Amino acid sequence: MPDPLPPSRPAITVRQLDKSFGEGDARIDVLKRVDFSACEGEMMFLVGPSGCGKTTLLSIIAGTLAGDAGEIDVLGQSLPRLTRAEVTAFRARYIGFVFQQFNLIPTLTVLENVAVPLLIQGAPMRTALARAQESLARVGIPEKVREHPGRLSGGQQQRVAIARALVHEPRVIICDEPTASLDRENGQRVMALLRDVARDPRRCVVVVTHDPRTYPFADRMSEMEDGRILRVLQTPAEIGAAHTEKL
Amino acid sequence: MIRLALKMLFGDRGKYLLLVSGLTFSTLLMTQFPSVFCGLMTWTYANMFNSRSHIWVMDPKAEQSLDSKPLRDTDVNRVRSVAGVAWAAPYFQGTLQARMPDGNFKLVTLVGLDATTLAGAPALLLQGSLDELRLPNTIITDEFGLDRFSEGQRNPDGSPRRIGIGDTIEINDREARIVGVAKTRRSFTGGPFVFTTYDRAVLYAPQQRKMLTFILAAGEPGLSDEEVCRRIAAETGLRALTEEEFRWSTIWWYVRNTGIPFAIGSIVLIGAIVGMLIAAQTFHAFVLENLRNFAALKAMGASNGRLTAMLAVQSLTTGLIGYGIGAGVASVVLRFFVRLGKVGVYTPWQLPVAVLGVILLISGFSALLGIIRVTRTEPAIVFR
Repeated sequence: MPDPLPPSRPAITVRQLDKSFGEGDARIDVLKRVDFSACEGEMMFLVGPSGCGKTTLLSIIAGTLAGDAGEIDVLGQSLPRLTRAEVTAFRARYIGFVFQQFNLIPTLTVLENVAVPLLIQGAPMRTALARAQESLARVGIPEKVREHPGRLSGGQQQRVAIARALVHEPRVIICDEPTASLDRENGQRVMALLRDVARDPRRCVVVVTHDPRTYPFADRMSEMEDGRILRVLQTPAEIGAAHTEKL
Repeated sequence: MIRLALKMLFGDRGKYLLLVSGLTFSTLLMTQFPSVFCGLMTWTYANMFNSRSHIWVMDPKAEQSLDSKPLRDTDVNRVRSVAGVAWAAPYFQGTLQARMPDGNFKLVTLVGLDATTLAGAPALLLQGSLDELRLPNTIITDEFGLDRFSEGQRNPDGSPRRIGIGDTIEINDREARIVGVAKTRRSFTGGPFVFTTYDRAVLYAPQQRKMLTFILAAGEPGLSDEEVCRRIAAETGLRALTEEEFRWSTIWWYVRNTGIPFAIGSIVLIGAIVGMLIAAQTFHAFVLENLRNFAALKAMGASNGRLTAMLAVQSLTTGLIGYGIGAGVASVVLRFFVRLGKVGVYTPWQLPVAVLGVILLISGFSALLGIIRVTRTEPAIVFR
């Protein structure tokens, strides 16, 4: 069990967030008055059964989806008050993503894939590739730069995805089921890597997961059910208990 | 990002090759067939090209260069008498059967020129002398004529015989000795050109009350051809056209009165539609296949404008490559046609420009479909 870091400033604050899809009889309320927070320097887990609204909440925090009502502050910035273009620019600068399916572009090399967030921000290719190289060294696969993602194992692909999420030094990293496509061993390695990333006191990592084997890596954990936050596990003991219970 | 966009495109080899092939095929069809059409159209005014007269005078009802509505011989003098006309000369044109030495008959386009001035004679003589046309029973033919006349000719020992200067054919039972070979543009009717003097031509041709097909003329220095034509028409009641007017009058007659433009236009349309369908369908499949990647790029902060630029670059690049290959292949094929000499080929500069425009439109349309799809895609789909 990792040592808990003292919570510092909140990086993400969500208050009374509602989100529904569809209209009339087909309307489904996915999020119901959700309150959520994650602090700098912590690894916050968001867990719960399928369909409970975890991914919707994650999408709204990431600024890829708009909520219907409520406050969403990320790094002190109220996302609902930003225009679409401003949210896009905010994402590019401050948020890193680790996806369940990795979402690496198969026709680009590993190095080019990792350089993408910098290129999106308009960095020159040479600079972007140099920093991508550093980022790959950081996740422990500096020798794979010329490979294409299809030639790597699932664990290596997820490491590349993490390198991509880190390359532009974002303050918030959003991870959607980062171990879902990996075996146990690779899953543990990836989580250890993310845990190291989250040790940066200026960075917040939010992880949505189904995998109870990853619970020990959490600093705090929010449990969701039926569109609501059921409880927030604040201590290693509570998280350990939840881990044992799920296993 | 543009470099990455191109790598995404080139990396998907199957779709990239299919896209380029479709646009290449489209370019080929849209370049080749109109070139053949334009080539055929140049054959319709071959006599104007060969005779290089600035002004053509004809019957008021005549519409095109092969239209035979004869004039009276005296009309030449009426034209000569118009103020501003420097000279005028008779011009006979008719399609006749010529009898070869082996007894076979070939179709020829007989042209009769003013014996004194030889006005309207072809500019370039490859063999022989134009002056010899003034000798009795002499003709000048073209390279195509020698090829045609030599078909099936044999020496006494059975070897193929090439007809050339000094050989004699018969036109309407009259002897016609070849004294020259000219470089000419082919006739639309398919027969080689045979040039002789006007007086001899009317002897070769079956007799009619009026034999004069056209009058060639030129204006005095300082007068425009249009002005001279206007004066001729006003004073003689005949139709007088500048070479350019007559050329377009002829082309439009063929466009209006034959199915050639429709047939060629259908093929061009099919080429454009096939190109558009292949390009749009394949590019759309490419976009769909990469939709999650584009959504991931959006999630990572790529704006719709940047993704639009990426898609536009991908689509226009395939368009330009497809066009380049297609134009190159068309050029090779058309050169081959020209060497064969069986098909008229002419590619005005406007044609490749227009084809490039169509290909860019097709590419733009394909890109637009992809852009609509990508810009409407929520980046949140990457979390599903």
